[in-house]
Amino acid sequence: MTEAPAPQTRFPGFTPEARAQIDMLRTRYPTAEAVLLPALYIAQRLSGGWLPDEAIQAVAAELDLPESKVYGVVTFYDLFHQKPVGRHRIRVCTNLSCQIRGSAEIMDTLRQELGVGEEEVTPDGRCSYVHFECLGSCDTAPMMMVDDDYRENLTPNKVRDILRGLK
Amino acid sequence: MAFERVLTRNVGNRDALTLEGYKKTGGYEALSKAFKMEPGAVIEEVKKSGLRGRGGAGFPAGMKWGFIPQKDPNQPKYLVCNADESEPGTFKDRLHMEHDPHQLIEGCAICCWAVHAETCYIYIRGEYTKSAVILERAIKDAYDARILGDNAMGSGFKLNMYVHRGAGAYICGEETGMLESLEGKRGQPRVKPPFPAVVGAFGAPTVINNVETLCNVPHILNRGADWFKSIGTDERNTGPKLYAISGHVERPGTYEHPIGITFREMLEAAGGMWRQGNLKAFIPGGASAPILKASEIDIKMDFDTVAKAGSMLGSAAVIVMDETVCMVRSVARLAKFFNHESCGQCTPCREGTNWMELVLKRLEHGEGREGDAMLLKSVAGNVGGNSLCALGDAAVGPVKSLVERFPEEIDAHVRERRCPFPEYRYFKDGA
Ligand SMILES: Cc1cc2nc3c(=O)[nH]c(=O)nc-3n(C[C@H](O)[C@H](O)[C@H](O)COP(=O)(O)O)c2cc1C
Ligand code: SF4
Ligand code: FES
Repeated sequence: MTEAPAPQTRFPGFTPEARAQIDMLRTRYPTAEAVLLPALYIAQRLSGGWLPDEAIQAVAAELDLPESKVYGVVTFYDLFHQKPVGRHRIRVCTNLSCQIRGSAEIMDTLRQELGVGEEEVTPDGRCSYVHFECLGSCDTAPMMMVDDDYRENLTPNKVRDILRGLK
Repeated sequence: MAFERVLTRNVGNRDALTLEGYKKTGGYEALSKAFKMEPGAVIEEVKKSGLRGRGGAGFPAGMKWGFIPQKDPNQPKYLVCNADESEPGTFKDRLHMEHDPHQLIEGCAICCWAVHAETCYIYIRGEYTKSAVILERAIKDAYDARILGDNAMGSGFKLNMYVHRGAGAYICGEETGMLESLEGKRGQPRVKPPFPAVVGAFGAPTVINNVETLCNVPHILNRGADWFKSIGTDERNTGPKLYAISGHVERPGTYEHPIGITFREMLEAAGGMWRQGNLKAFIPGGASAPILKASEIDIKMDFDTVAKAGSMLGSAAVIVMDETVCMVRSVARLAKFFNHESCGQCTPCREGTNWMELVLKRLEHGEGREGDAMLLKSVAGNVGGNSLCALGDAAVGPVKSLVERFPEEIDAHVRERRCPFPEYRYFKDGA
């Protein structure tokens, strides 16, 4: 694959539920700015797992913050993405405890099975994967996160099974 | 006397996830007791217990609470519970949150009462979705039962508690980076002083404590400071402690032991070495802690003894490595981590972590040069002590221990122009 695929989704605008959630969050903090991280999570979810420019702009407008500031925050954190991601996003821990229990073989298996490199999206838009820092599950090494779920005590075969289960 | 598990007593007891189930184990009795005490007396009890912070620095918790100014009762104050748990090797706080969320809520509530903080934020790393969901459900139950809210347990004290999710940045575990992040900013640590006890979250006095630290608090109130002090090595190292052990051990996991258990005993409790390998080295307190050698197996795992050995207890995350492990490769991986996570504010940390990764990587791949060990030492010397927050020093720890304790492994990489150790291949035929 030579090129990043076309974005799967765009930012559809804040739904009434999302707005209500943001308003509820405002009551929790003394400043609107503190709602920024949770609001970015909401916008990212609405956009299919990443933050297109219009999502970032909408969050800035919603919270009355300068866009430059919101961009600065988005680029700081590893869980906000400015590029489209697969429908399923896989993060493989390769930090020390996982490294010495075989995380390289887990990365190899993903590369072979998915046929794309790190941070690329499979042509059908189904998956993307990255290596990641310690995910706080070193006792179940090697491990990876598939979307929000921890998949633990992995072997190459187990990884293949998990991939087959992803639609 | 056999050691009784206290902090982890509800692990595996699914009933404890519910408010009723937690109450059956004596839950919220300590909070009820606290509300009948003067806040100052609660602080005194925690001080007397000798409880030291379980997040990494080992600062006495009671003393920290005592720093919160109480002159102006109308000034807002905050508790921020540090549930960022991103130190490589560490997974103990997750256990608390997933198995016994009310224990943490109760600990937070007692601290809030003691320092007059009406709002508590639990800052949890973004990847811990499961823990966040469990905590939020438990907090909601506590509100419904009026344990939290405008009139907490009928005490007249107003107490709000919220879960706040981080978004993937190790530096947000550093307490002032965390405050910046909580306020909706890039998580770049602040210049200290002023300390958070004076100017913390939203400009107000703030206590920041680790999850495990706060989980100890209900037990101190229930059983008394003297009970707490009766566990451990000495006056300065007291109480039960969680040790997260991983790497080449037979049964990796989180174990509760009296603080000061020896590493040998801890290893035995975890089933010994994985596949009967031979111990080469271990990291006693997370990726920031200098590496210890197998010969130090009998070390007492408490704050002061580990510090005396030139390392640190840190988060008590113990990473065990057998003889097949390449120390250059291990430290190169940790250096990559610190380079990635440096927030970039201070030049020595930003440039130094980059350099250390670069040099270690070339050593790892057999492209090292004569003098690289000296180079690493001098770069490390420039980073350590020259940076705004403790990440700089943390990044230096593993590198220094490599140069000082395993010089022969660096030499072998340079001399043989390759890594003399095998690749880590554990799965036969790709299975
Ligand atoms: C780079 C860095 C990362 C840290 N990460 C964490 C963390 O994930 N969890 C934690 O509790 N403390 C962490 N700390 C320590 C905190 O700054 C702070 O000392 C601690 O939360 C205080 O709580 P305690 O006294 O209860 O331990 C970190 C410190 C540094 C310098
Ligand atoms: S020491 Fe490193 S991580 Fe800490 S503030 Fe400076 S640049 Fe950021
Ligand atoms: S090192 Fe992989 S989860 Fe911690």
